[in-house]
Amino acid sequence: MSDGTFQPRIVAFFCNWCTYTAADLAGISRMSYAANVRVVRLMCSGRLDPQFVVAALRQGADGVLIGGCHPGDCHYQVGNHKALRRFTLLKRLLGQLGIEDERVRLEWIAASEGDKVQRVINEMVAQVRALGPLGLTAIPRPHGEAAAVPPCCAE
Amino acid sequence: MATLGPNQGDAVRIGVYICHCGINIAGKVDVADVTQFAASLPGVVVARDYKFMCSDPGQELIQQDIREHGLNRIVVASCSPLMHEATFRRAAAEGGINPFFFQMANIREHVSWVTADKAAATEKSRALVAAAVSRVGGHEALERQRVAVKPDVLVVGGGIAGIHAALTLADSGKTVYLVEREPTIGGHMAKFDKTFPTLDCAACILTPKMSLVRQHPNITLWTYAEVADVSGYVGNFSVTVRRKPRYVIEDRCVGCNACVEACVFKEGKFADEFNYGLAKRKPVYMPFPQATPSVVLIDPATCLHFKTGKCKQACKAACERDAIDFDQRDELVEIEVGAIVVATGFQPFDAERVPEYGYGQYPGVYTSLEVERLVNASGPTGGEITLRDGRVPKAVGIIHCVGSRDHATNKYCSRVCCMYSLKLAHLVKERTGAEIYNFYIDMRTPGKGYEEFYDKLLEEGVHFIRGRAAEVTDWTMTPDEEGKLVIRAEDTLIGAVRRIPVDMVVLSVGLEAQADAGEVRRLFNISCSHEGWFLERHPKLAPVSTFTDGVFLAGACQGPKDIPDTVAQAGAAAAEAMALIDKGYVELEPNTAFIDEERCSGCKTCIAMCPYSAISFIADARVARVNEALCKGCGTCVAACPSAAAQQHLFTDDQIFDEIAGVLSYV
Amino acid sequence: MTYLYYPGCSLKGTGRGYEESLLAVFDALQLPWAEVKDWNCCGATAYMAVDEVKAFTLAARNLAIAREQGGETAQVIAPCSACYLVLCKAQHVIHDAPEIGARITDALGAAQLTYGPRVQVRHPLDVLINDVGTERLAAAATAPLRGRRVACYYGCQMVRPYATFDDQYAPTSMDRVLRAMGAETVDWPLKTRCCGGTLTGTIEDVGLRLNYILLREAKKRGADAIATACPLCQFNLECYQDKISAVYGASRLPVLYFSQFMGMALGLSEARLGIQRNFVPLAAAV
Repeated sequence: MSDGTFQPRIVAFFCNWCTYTAADLAGISRMSYAANVRVVRLMCSGRLDPQFVVAALRQGADGVLIGGCHPGDCHYQVGNHKALRRFTLLKRLLGQLGIEDERVRLEWIAASEGDKVQRVINEMVAQVRALGPLGLTAIPRPHGEAAAVPPCCAE
Repeated sequence: MATLGPNQGDAVRIGVYICHCGINIAGKVDVADVTQFAASLPGVVVARDYKFMCSDPGQELIQQDIREHGLNRIVVASCSPLMHEATFRRAAAEGGINPFFFQMANIREHVSWVTADKAAATEKSRALVAAAVSRVGGHEALERQRVAVKPDVLVVGGGIAGIHAALTLADSGKTVYLVEREPTIGGHMAKFDKTFPTLDCAACILTPKMSLVRQHPNITLWTYAEVADVSGYVGNFSVTVRRKPRYVIEDRCVGCNACVEACVFKEGKFADEFNYGLAKRKPVYMPFPQATPSVVLIDPATCLHFKTGKCKQACKAACERDAIDFDQRDELVEIEVGAIVVATGFQPFDAERVPEYGYGQYPGVYTSLEVERLVNASGPTGGEITLRDGRVPKAVGIIHCVGSRDHATNKYCSRVCCMYSLKLAHLVKERTGAEIYNFYIDMRTPGKGYEEFYDKLLEEGVHFIRGRAAEVTDWTMTPDEEGKLVIRAEDTLIGAVRRIPVDMVVLSVGLEAQADAGEVRRLFNISCSHEGWFLERHPKLAPVSTFTDGVFLAGACQGPKDIPDTVAQAGAAAAEAMALIDKGYVELEPNTAFIDEERCSGCKTCIAMCPYSAISFIADARVARVNEALCKGCGTCVAACPSAAAQQHLFTDDQIFDEIAGVLSYV
Repeated sequence: MTYLYYPGCSLKGTGRGYEESLLAVFDALQLPWAEVKDWNCCGATAYMAVDEVKAFTLAARNLAIAREQGGETAQVIAPCSACYLVLCKAQHVIHDAPEIGARITDALGAAQLTYGPRVQVRHPLDVLINDVGTERLAAAATAPLRGRRVACYYGCQMVRPYATFDDQYAPTSMDRVLRAMGAETVDWPLKTRCCGGTLTGTIEDVGLRLNYILLREAKKRGADAIATACPLCQFNLECYQDKISAVYGASRLPVLYFSQFMGMALGLSEARLGIQRNFVPLAAAV
């Protein structure tokens, strides 16, 4: 991990009932995956205020992953539908701000889909790594990586 | 155990505990490093690492530090909060602080078990600990709401699992509603002849229990009924049961079968469900002689009255008790229960999905369940094992693992097929003297007396061919194969392909989740594995609980299992339900939403968000208000509130922002 | 839309009758077709065993030139079972094994070719069943094959491992097509059983035995001919009948391409269908 390659920081918001449990299952099943994602647990993806995503990106996250129950499976009936609506709107806004599509992702992951947690996280880490740091804020990085310079200040 | 000195700071005094979990965490995470890091975080007074935080000494450590260092916030970095959050909250409470002044960082399931690199695991653990520390300072003291538990229990499914759970609960004095979708209880077990390995008659041990269900004063039995809707929460479920019309008034029918005899169809004409079509029934029928309740029903799909409207209704005339009622409709019944036991069972694998075994193509190919009916003395042939053309088979091949251990169908082992194949081999040999050939991948006979039963079969001269059968076919190589079915298989013990000509092929079909497991799962708000089996809360420590409190699992709906395991699990589910009900109350997680009325603009955005109608608009105050008793704590309204007036306990905006800041703050 | 016909080597060689009859049938049914320009060897199964990447690149080149000729959603018709399998497999590898796929697309790029993921590989039976449909086929059959009893033999490669349009073990598409043409098809469990492939040339006694079983069982079930969709199956089943008869006793049965039967039902002349190329005359069994 400390070989100097860019290690993206990804904040994940997982719903308690499906995706968080799936991440636990990935653990119980010892499915190894990239260590770049840090999970914040919410009771429901419907709790996800778009401001959380913006706050994470502003404070140095290079990507944000949102995980909820599959449509129809929400523990609270339709919280995930609400999350999807907010997500769609948020994505348009982020796009206008020049934030690449791959950086913010919504996935439906059921409690039994530990393998999907592994796949999605590995995939997303690779994608965000390819994009490079988001650099909305200058933050010191571990292991002597060069501090990211926000693109707007590069000149 | 490392102890780091106090870091005197502000009013918030945090203790951080990093668990080794033996080597589960410490093997991958440098716990000393994380502890040292935690000690450097603002507000942290004590940071320690310890072998097993969930053990008594681990919990005692927290309580001692609360006393000695005046801690008022606790962070434990260990396993998933779904595993031990309750344990540590209790420890905090016993130490004298509010149990919600606690936050957990999941560095086992989310870190040490899923990260290959030690440095990366340590770094990730630091981040999660930083997040928990950052968040816990803003925690508020909360009280759990206590809600009384409804004393009755719903059991869904009337197979042996549901029967046993219902009887156990009823015997303890609980009022039980047993709902079964078929016209009779008994499930698959009622179709078996003998049970392995003791070869005791299935009916002899099951039918007394079925009668007990019928007679038990504490059990309300609704057959031919399905759960239509479930709402509420642990201790307080409202359930709607739909009773399907059987066109026979249950209370009047005495099961005399006079209507069946009188039916204008002189002979049975339609495939009899109970015997898998090996026998015929009339449109009005009794599912099987010991059906419970002993009440007939009319199948509108085949009844002349329903199909043409021109039937002389001989059945109705024949009934002395005037029990036939062609005008019956669906009836919806509402019940209130405190706990639910789901025991909806399995469905046998559809053998036609493996076309190379010729089921549905060659009349000599049977499923194991059909053969159960053939060997059963009360079955369609009275226990005579005869083929569809009337011959008695001289050679019988039993193919194991049909729809099990197969990447094309189901990867899992169905657990019961080896044993029931042995049982059928024994019974068929005993009754017909036929040569029996078992085609198996591995013989799996773990269980009390099971291996001994296998030994007995070996001595009885049943043939065992180790190798998965390739096909069942009727093309022949030699004259003695003419007119026979040929099973082709690689015998892996002799290293050759063999062709075994037989008269009868028995396909030992595996167990699958019910076709509608997906809908049932949604109804009860529980989860399924990929294969459709209902997911237990924890595979080892909570095998009959689900992620929805108050809903318990019994029997094969949770995964393939044999009768002894099913009964044991049904007893466990009943006991769990009893424990919940006898406690008399549940404490609800205080993660409900609330409205800061000062900030509320009265826009009503939140009201439309709530699927439980927990938010109402207070007209004179022009604000929204949450009814905490109805709120389930999803927080969807909170995310929608444009003025941040709606908040959720345990998940306030500030707490989540703190957590985000924390998770990104580490260096 | 024009179907892009990919002949492969067999349909220009031992399987001439297949090409002649299939194209005549396509014309008769007004299915527009054009041969893939500058096609090359599919690599068959032999090359795959030597060098997978090169073998699939060879196969994928055909798909890339088909894309140039017929656009992003070009439909390639591969009548030979081996070609069909190899082209399907090349697509599968490019999609599902990204590392190998990247090497293949790079190699194509070196020749200024682009692999198109939406190019479809289809078997003519797929087109006949799903694009034309049995109703239209039946309506076009001006000389229905009344009284003819055919055993439809699919062989292995058409449905295994990629059962894209028919059942892997008990396929029915050819049966449905020929029944629409007025023939009776016999029910037999050997539709996808091995014809021996190249064994007739290497371990002859095994190859002969396998073909004997097919011929005998077809006859036993009342077939007066076998219909095939694979040049190698046709070759094995037909050309060795003298040798098989010498070993196992008389085993003669006409073996035609399903398209030859179709052409007869559509009223086309035997010459247009290449029937004169068959060794075992059809009349023998009628």
